[in-house]
Amino acid sequence: MWHIIVTSTPQLIEAGLKYTIPISVISFILGLVLALVTALIRISTKKGAFWILKGIARFYVWLFRSTPLLVQLFIVYFGLPYLKIAGLFPNGIQMSPVTAGILTFSLNTGAYCAETIRGAILSIPNGQWEAAYSIGMTRTTVLRRIILPQAVRVSLPPLANSFIGLVKDTSLAASITIVEMFEVSQQIAAQNYQPLVMYCLVAALYAVVCTALSWLQGYLEKVTSRYVTTSN
Amino acid sequence: MIEVKHLNKTFDGHNALTDISVQFPKDQTTVIVGPSGSGKSTLLRSLNFLERPESGIYQFDSDEIDLSQPISNKTILSIRRRTEMVFQGYNLFPHLSVLQNVMEGPIQVQKVKKAAAQQAAIDLLGKVGLAEKASVYPSQLSGGQAQRVAIARSLAMHPEYIFLDEPTSALDPELELEVLKVLLQIASEKQSMIIVTHNMAFAQQVANKIVFIEDGHVLYDGGSDAFFETDNQRIKDFISAMTFSNI
Repeated sequence: MWHIIVTSTPQLIEAGLKYTIPISVISFILGLVLALVTALIRISTKKGAFWILKGIARFYVWLFRSTPLLVQLFIVYFGLPYLKIAGLFPNGIQMSPVTAGILTFSLNTGAYCAETIRGAILSIPNGQWEAAYSIGMTRTTVLRRIILPQAVRVSLPPLANSFIGLVKDTSLAASITIVEMFEVSQQIAAQNYQPLVMYCLVAALYAVVCTALSWLQGYLEKVTSRYVTTSN
Repeated sequence: MIEVKHLNKTFDGHNALTDISVQFPKDQTTVIVGPSGSGKSTLLRSLNFLERPESGIYQFDSDEIDLSQPISNKTILSIRRRTEMVFQGYNLFPHLSVLQNVMEGPIQVQKVKKAAAQQAAIDLLGKVGLAEKASVYPSQLSGGQAQRVAIARSLAMHPEYIFLDEPTSALDPELELEVLKVLLQIASEKQSMIIVTHNMAFAQQVANKIVFIEDGHVLYDGGSDAFFETDNQRIKDFISAMTFSNI
């Protein structure tokens, strides 16, 4: 058994460094940007034609939270090539597995994080808005200088949840032919007939990455919570 | 001078303020008193548009605003940049240090250079007796200290008026006193102020003018001395009840 672990771990780590971690990080960063934009649209007080944007934001969050991630991956990678739009995509929307993966993971995590960020913004007491408005700040300045810095602290634990969840969910990318960590473990298990060892090994590697992320979360919480208490 | 004429404000069909016409003279302290729920805070908050009255005229010097018409953000911003508000719950920015709280407005709104804003903030913190607290966060302050920082934050903007909404109601008498001393000092420097308070002794000492509001109506609008010597039985009862509650 030790022989199997020693020989296959480097292969798994290589797949992790090549696909699992980059796909996770890029998707999460894109997802966060998307989430922030979506949350800001949803809390906007703008009137008029802005309701269309608000509707789109709501629909987006609903769509990606109401359907399974695996199904979303299949639609984007296997389904969209059949979506032929004359002039724009005459041969269907085709993309590489990694592009399809990053796109789907970003959209999916963005929908969840949008709600996290929106909730964090709404959790900041109204008095903060009133005090900042009374100073004469515009809404944008209030958000940028007063509300969002406080919302970051509130949203950190749930955002870390989303990121850790995303790292593990990238194992679903195996199903759209990306040779990430889990796919490599499946391939090795198919050769050495040791599924228990291989899948426990890959589980342990996911756990290592996620543990590191938990530590990072703890550190960031400490940094962003400096102003909250006096004792620690 | 700030003046409102025939101002009306409702909350869910209930009249919070009815036909209010009051002048708030410059360089003076106007104190608004009245029972809880009388509408005095609503009136104060209407003066910087934290509340939006349905009708009436709002006049700030030569600028006249018809409150029954839609009011542009630009107009609201210009009023807010000439005035400041001090809240009952302080509403300091918890993620910024005491010094940064005082500097934030001048830097972000008035585009003052950082060094100049910092020096002004240090001076103001000295004025309210908190120079040594400049680097701490608001969570490390007592209520009285927090409110004095809030006052310094408002002074940093050199406002034409400061509105104070029950600035000492959340404080015990000892902490209240340290805040009131600062306010008396500021009043003596001819800073225009409009104060909502329940503290009658303080009102008597600081007010040039008193406005008494009950059920959204102005029952008294005039000099401070005349208010405390009035023959009006309702006002006499109110003053004695308030004075008793302050013992």
